[in-house]
Amino acid sequence: MAEKILQIRNLRVTFETPFGQVFAVRGVDLDVEEGELLGVVGESGSGKSVTFLAAIGLLSSRARVTGSVVLQGEELIGKTPQQMRSVRGRLMAMIFQDPLSALNPVHRVGKQIVEMLQSHQNLTNKQAITRAVELLDLVGIPQPEQRSNQYPHEFSGGMRQRVVIAIAIANNPKLLIADEPTTALDVTVQAQILEVIKRVQQQFGTAVVLITHDLGVIARVADRVDVMYAGRNVEQGLVDNLYDHPSHPYTRGLLSSIPQAGKDRLTPIRGFPPNMMSPPSGCAFRTRCEFAEPSCEVDIPELKVFNDLQTACLRAHQLPSFRG
Amino acid sequence: MIRYILRRLAWALPTMLIVTFLVYVALRVGTNPVESYKRSNPRVTPEKIQQYIDINGLDPNYVLGYFRWLNNFLNGNWPRSIKGSREVWPALKDAMANTLRLGIAATVVGVFFGLIFGLLASLRPGGRRDIAINTGAFVGISIPPYISAILLQLLFAVYWQRWFGSSLFPTSGVYPAGHTGFDLFLMLKFMALPTIVVAIQIVATYSRYLRSSLLDVLNSDYMRTARSKGISERRILIHHGMRNALIPIVTVAAIDFGSIVGGLIISENIFSYPGMGLYFLKSFSDGDFPLLMPWMVIIVASILFFNLIADISYAWLDPRIRLE
Amino acid sequence: MHGSIQGFALSNKTETSLTPRQMAFRRFVSHRAAVISCVILGLLTLLVIFAPFTARYGVNESVQVPPNSFLTPRANAWLGTDDIGRDLYSRLIYGVRVSLIIGLFSALISVTIGSVVGAIAGFRGGKFDDIMMRVTDLFLAFPFLVTLLIVRNVLGAISWVQPITGEMNSVRFIILLFSIFGWMGVARIVRGQVLSLKEREYIEAARAVGASRRYIIRRHLLPNSIGPIMVALTFSVVGAITGESTLAFFGYGPQAGDGATSLGNLVGAAKGAVQTGFWWLAVFPCLMLVIIALSVNFIGDALRDATDTQLDRGI
Repeated sequence: MAEKILQIRNLRVTFETPFGQVFAVRGVDLDVEEGELLGVVGESGSGKSVTFLAAIGLLSSRARVTGSVVLQGEELIGKTPQQMRSVRGRLMAMIFQDPLSALNPVHRVGKQIVEMLQSHQNLTNKQAITRAVELLDLVGIPQPEQRSNQYPHEFSGGMRQRVVIAIAIANNPKLLIADEPTTALDVTVQAQILEVIKRVQQQFGTAVVLITHDLGVIARVADRVDVMYAGRNVEQGLVDNLYDHPSHPYTRGLLSSIPQAGKDRLTPIRGFPPNMMSPPSGCAFRTRCEFAEPSCEVDIPELKVFNDLQTACLRAHQLPSFRG
Repeated sequence: MIRYILRRLAWALPTMLIVTFLVYVALRVGTNPVESYKRSNPRVTPEKIQQYIDINGLDPNYVLGYFRWLNNFLNGNWPRSIKGSREVWPALKDAMANTLRLGIAATVVGVFFGLIFGLLASLRPGGRRDIAINTGAFVGISIPPYISAILLQLLFAVYWQRWFGSSLFPTSGVYPAGHTGFDLFLMLKFMALPTIVVAIQIVATYSRYLRSSLLDVLNSDYMRTARSKGISERRILIHHGMRNALIPIVTVAAIDFGSIVGGLIISENIFSYPGMGLYFLKSFSDGDFPLLMPWMVIIVASILFFNLIADISYAWLDPRIRLE
Repeated sequence: MHGSIQGFALSNKTETSLTPRQMAFRRFVSHRAAVISCVILGLLTLLVIFAPFTARYGVNESVQVPPNSFLTPRANAWLGTDDIGRDLYSRLIYGVRVSLIIGLFSALISVTIGSVVGAIAGFRGGKFDDIMMRVTDLFLAFPFLVTLLIVRNVLGAISWVQPITGEMNSVRFIILLFSIFGWMGVARIVRGQVLSLKEREYIEAARAVGASRRYIIRRHLLPNSIGPIMVALTFSVVGAITGESTLAFFGYGPQAGDGATSLGNLVGAAKGAVQTGFWWLAVFPCLMLVIIALSVNFIGDALRDATDTQLDRGI
């Protein structure tokens, strides 16, 4: 059994807003093993981003976080901001969706990498600059020396995202969290960026959490998958197993809704995503589930092993087999 | 970059000509120079009147007249004032010096404190300090300068005198009557009240500018990237936050400064401070064309020059603009 | 293969949801200062509308038989009297009325002209927009008072405008004067808003179904610019009222005859009252001006917050 880099137990995040409380994350349990690529999939509002923003400590003061997040044996919840700053960028790094706005427009690209290096390592300027150029080369940016002196707006979207990745891996973190890194990019560029991320994982043994709402991306690069809905996990497992025989009705719904050649009609999941200020009692998916029964209203299902997946459905063993 | 500057300079010249022409027309229509001349010198001969018309370029044809005026102006043949045939340049020079002194002092003090307050306010938005500073700035903006001037006069001069025997700050003039030569202490004493009055407006305005600009920057995506690097809060604030937030402020400050040469009229009037403002008021009510035109030229030149400075500094500070 | 689901978590209630107008209204009333300002201005307006009843004396009426000048505040002259024994309180009411009229009307005219020009400039772009921006840039860059005085004189000297504007000292003239000033600032604001709206998809959609330019401006752009327009309106009002008092300060204020006065005139008289110690003649008009300016500013600020759709700062 591989080492666990990240262990999240019963994580809850609640936001105080003028309109009321938003229960964005309602008890998430998650493990990330050393060197693996975990895909976290879910729709907007499922809590997938908030979970990891909470882990890395980047949520605003309006968020209340409880639970446990253990990174390499150290508990992160409860650390002071100063302590968290030592963790961020060194042990764990995060990249975000929009490369256009993720980079400071008035600083040269090389300088932004150097800044990351020098906050956590003791390097001279020259050493840092050399290393920055190396990193740019690593993520596949041509003519890295020249380009390190350019400004972000002189790069295309895909190139910028590569720079963002270079910054994130500068200090060789054990865990890289990528929050929808390809959503804002063209499909062809998406493939390139995923390839860079995969290469980083394999070359440096970095564990990667890839957050996305795109099932295609998951299928491409993930080792394991975690499906989230309404602030909780609903299914976890190896990617092949999940795609082949999902148990949870939501996962099944997701996979069925993918357009396929030969299929006449599209089959979306009926109903609407839940209101996170007052989510449905019991299993939050029950309002849209064709297998729901009265007991689903009462108990919130926990992840239980079924087949070779972990599923949070009271009726997992009663459901008919899945025909993709 | 050089090309950018040259292009802007090329525009500046025709703009200058057009604007001074419009000013010329406005002054001729609005102040009726010839009538004013006759009014100031009731026993003037028709030959003198024609002389006046000639050297001031007051031909019936406005365009011809303008060029005649322009010719004389550029050659240094400046006609004298209609009152007592005073020479224009000495009076203008003194007025400019006084106003510049006041303007620079007030701007330096005002911008300095304004930026500090703006910074303090945005560190904890919505907090007590923020609300206090915001409200203070608001009140400062809403109170017209002459009201604050009157109140300050009341407080420091009239009542102070009643309570303490002599006024703390004088309320008029640059030096006490009859004083010659340069005395720094006295000058500062006389400048104190007008500077405070002008500075109040500047502090109020710039604290709000910086607060708004800084909050925009602090909420942008690249700030999130910066925080995810785990660098110190101070570095984030200064190198990322202020560096970006100050860009629009610098440009606004440059433009504001451009209009300060003619913009202190009210304060100068209340404190009987002999600067460009008083110069204008007097010559305007006299309809003194020879005094007015050079004054306007300086104002226009100052505005256009500082607009240019503003554009250049914007391009220099924000690399995105440079590649136009 | 691309299977993705979009969803939204917060506002998809099956119960009634709020229209943007209701949301804006809610945001507005959460600004306590603005609400208080509304109340204050409302009371003031009522006081001023019913002037013959709320004022205790006529605007030119003496409080009592001489000696009646420079009386301190007392029972029969709540805020004291001026140099010829007129009740300051009553004059203040009539004066505020005049100033509010000036402020309101010039703001309305400015905003009307400015919105139309700004919308056209922003939407059409091109030369018209370029020229308008340059002209207003330059105009607004000049020191306010200088341009005010010069334009005032020029306006007064153009003989064929006289029938519309009346005398240089009339209220009508001043309203027109500030309208000429005000529209430029409004035009720039509206232009900015239109520019940012122009690229939105619903405008493209409207164009795709063949809507005429005028239709788009009228039915899409202007209604969605109501927010900034209202903000511009409030700031125009403040600008006009403050500007009017600035004019009056230098003696160029509205003199409507028969002793009629404006707030600006009363504030202008404050200058002389300071040295002589007749504090009530300075304090009360100044206080009134500051209260009005503050109130309108608070309201404008709250309006800006309430209608700014980009204001949802990240969670």
